[in-house]
Amino acid sequence: MEVTAQGMPYEAFKDNEYIESLVKELQENGTNVVVGSLDKLINWGRSNSLWPLTFATSCCGIEFVSLGAARYDMARFGWEVARSSPRQADFIMVAGTIVHRMAPVLRRLYDQMAEPKYVIATGACAISGGPFRDSYHVVKGVDQIIPVDVFLPGCPPRPEAMIYSIMQLSRKVKVERFFGGVNRQQKQQEFLREHPVEGVNDSAEFNTSAPEAPVTDKQ
Amino acid sequence: MATLNEIIAKICPAATVAEVDGAPMISVDDAHWHELAKALRHDANLEMDYLVTIAGFDHVESMGCVYYMMSTRHNTNLGVTVLATGDRERPVLHSVSDIWAVAGLYEREVYDFFGIIFLNNPDMRRLFLSIDWKGYPLRKDYDASPNINPVPRDNERQSDFTTKWTKDAEGNLVSEQVEVFAPDDFVVNIGPQHPATHGVLRFRTAVDGETIKKIDVYMGYIHRGIEKLNEQQTYAQSLPFLDRMDYFSALNYHHGVCMVYERAAGIEVPRRAQVIRVMMDELSRIASHCLFMGTFCMDLGATSMLFYTLRVREQILDILERTCGARMSFNYDCIGGVMQDLDANFQNDVKALLKVLPANIKEYKKVFVGNVIARNRMEGVGVLSREDAISYGVTGPSGRASGWACDVRKWRPYSIYSDLDFDEVVLTEGDSMARFKVRLAEIEQSARILEQLVDNIPEGDIQAKVPKVLKLPAGQWFQIVEGCRGVFGIHLESDGGTKPARLKYATPSMPAAGVVDHLTRGEKIADLITIGGSLDYIVPDMDR
Repeated sequence: MEVTAQGMPYEAFKDNEYIESLVKELQENGTNVVVGSLDKLINWGRSNSLWPLTFATSCCGIEFVSLGAARYDMARFGWEVARSSPRQADFIMVAGTIVHRMAPVLRRLYDQMAEPKYVIATGACAISGGPFRDSYHVVKGVDQIIPVDVFLPGCPPRPEAMIYSIMQLSRKVKVERFFGGVNRQQKQQEFLREHPVEGVNDSAEFNTSAPEAPVTDKQ
Repeated sequence: MATLNEIIAKICPAATVAEVDGAPMISVDDAHWHELAKALRHDANLEMDYLVTIAGFDHVESMGCVYYMMSTRHNTNLGVTVLATGDRERPVLHSVSDIWAVAGLYEREVYDFFGIIFLNNPDMRRLFLSIDWKGYPLRKDYDASPNINPVPRDNERQSDFTTKWTKDAEGNLVSEQVEVFAPDDFVVNIGPQHPATHGVLRFRTAVDGETIKKIDVYMGYIHRGIEKLNEQQTYAQSLPFLDRMDYFSALNYHHGVCMVYERAAGIEVPRRAQVIRVMMDELSRIASHCLFMGTFCMDLGATSMLFYTLRVREQILDILERTCGARMSFNYDCIGGVMQDLDANFQNDVKALLKVLPANIKEYKKVFVGNVIARNRMEGVGVLSREDAISYGVTGPSGRASGWACDVRKWRPYSIYSDLDFDEVVLTEGDSMARFKVRLAEIEQSARILEQLVDNIPEGDIQAKVPKVLKLPAGQWFQIVEGCRGVFGIHLESDGGTKPARLKYATPSMPAAGVVDHLTRGEKIADLITIGGSLDYIVPDMDR
């Protein structure tokens, strides 16, 4: 049997409708020159040093280990600083199935991470439950627990696909408005309101640190 | 056999012995079970010292367990079926955790899945599911509706108590609450998110200064309910899940489960397919041991070792990918043979691998085994005696490091292993260093097997003729194979349909996690990393 699967065409790799529409939406109201330039500078730095959290529950985690080794070498992109503490990590790669018992733990890890933070749902299980969707103990997609920035299909995804997903994330980081953080934090705020945790007052915390309608962006 | 009948006649004349799948299967009632188990374990002519697994079952009108045990001295095996007493609300069996150390853990698993209470088991808690879980998932009448057990939003409720069930003089069930730790214990939580637990395993560790007093192992953070899923799918559909249990032994596990199905259906596998299967098994064994060495050394602080060992692993993954089409979830062995023929360059690729292996092994030895820091951290740490290895059911390279020759390829040769020339690596030290060395030496032995086969792949079919939807006759089968981490047992129960009535996997990682408490008592907390790493358990493999 001949396998005729082909790699991603180069045009498709550069084609990013989603990011383009995001940029367009952001620039609708125009940008302050000073803040905009500062944003660009900061985002350039941030997007090139995304630090992942060492988090893996199953098979996808092993491909993530391969990503760190010599052949795929994620150090080329500045992602090699895998942190074991969520407080030092920029993004969490949810590599593997999340089950009922793990769900509150994942939520807690996410809460412990410092803003700005991102999530990549890696593999079929993290996206939808994958082959274990019918199981009694499996969460049908991590987006039920935490907000997801990039969905990466595969079972498990190849390391090349993982590289692509993190590149996609860094593109997203690049067009963000660091000051104000309009595009993400509002969604996140809504999310946290919908998913209350006992003893944590989400809304109060966010109101003080990030104003909902940033004044600096209006010209 | 004669002694077996004598013992049964003496202890419980009502018990019956039948021949199931080539081995005696004793059916005994619960009242005599504990006494019989003791006799089976200690009788000099039987000496069933290794309990392979306990498989619970639910036949709707009755519930119970099948115990599979083996004798390491006589190389015999047998099974015992015990029906639980009491109604469906509260079925009861007698515990054998005082006879085999691993039984306590297996009984907790059965309790979690079927709700069978084991009398006199000192620790009768749920194993995989939370204490608030409603229902017992592997019962046939379990309601899997997400409304009954929704995805939890809040942190899990914890209890510091465990339950012990006993019977009083009148025969009533009495439960007693026992504290897991002593009242003045200082308990540190390690995991589930911890880089050194190799996945999402959790240890509640009682420490006295830096010395470990007791470890309470929490599993279930990746329990995916594979056994229940398999009951809802056809035999062929059950195979892909094996790739995702122990993802390093994917091919070996496939081999074992396909063998059970083929034996049950009476399918003869072509010689070419058998050779291919064995070659794939050994390739994945080398890849698995390579990754073990890399991650284990990384746990101990030697990061560069990961790059050296993954170099070989990537080369093997390339070979496997060219034939199987995937880097990890191969799904290559199928019922009756293998999915597709070998890649045209397969033989050359394997030869190229065999060429570079010796130099690599030499390098590993030079970099790590002779390293004075590594030796200080590993030698004499976490010593497991042969008796304990058998009693706790620690098989595979970890068991062989303790002097127990438990390699199924030699012990119970299957497929074409009896025709091959290779040595079983057995060391007697039983410490972490021995466990490391056994794996290193096994790479050499796997390379030897590959060398013998690479030029001798016979021509012929790669698949026997198998119906698209396989129907197995009613019956019971049990098979063990050698995974990369030890004995992998498959208990199959068929009711004559196209789906398995019960499929139970006895994985090597679960006993390995169960022995952590025993091995670390009195050791320093830094050695927990060494000991846990050297046991090389895979968390999705123990949770399933």
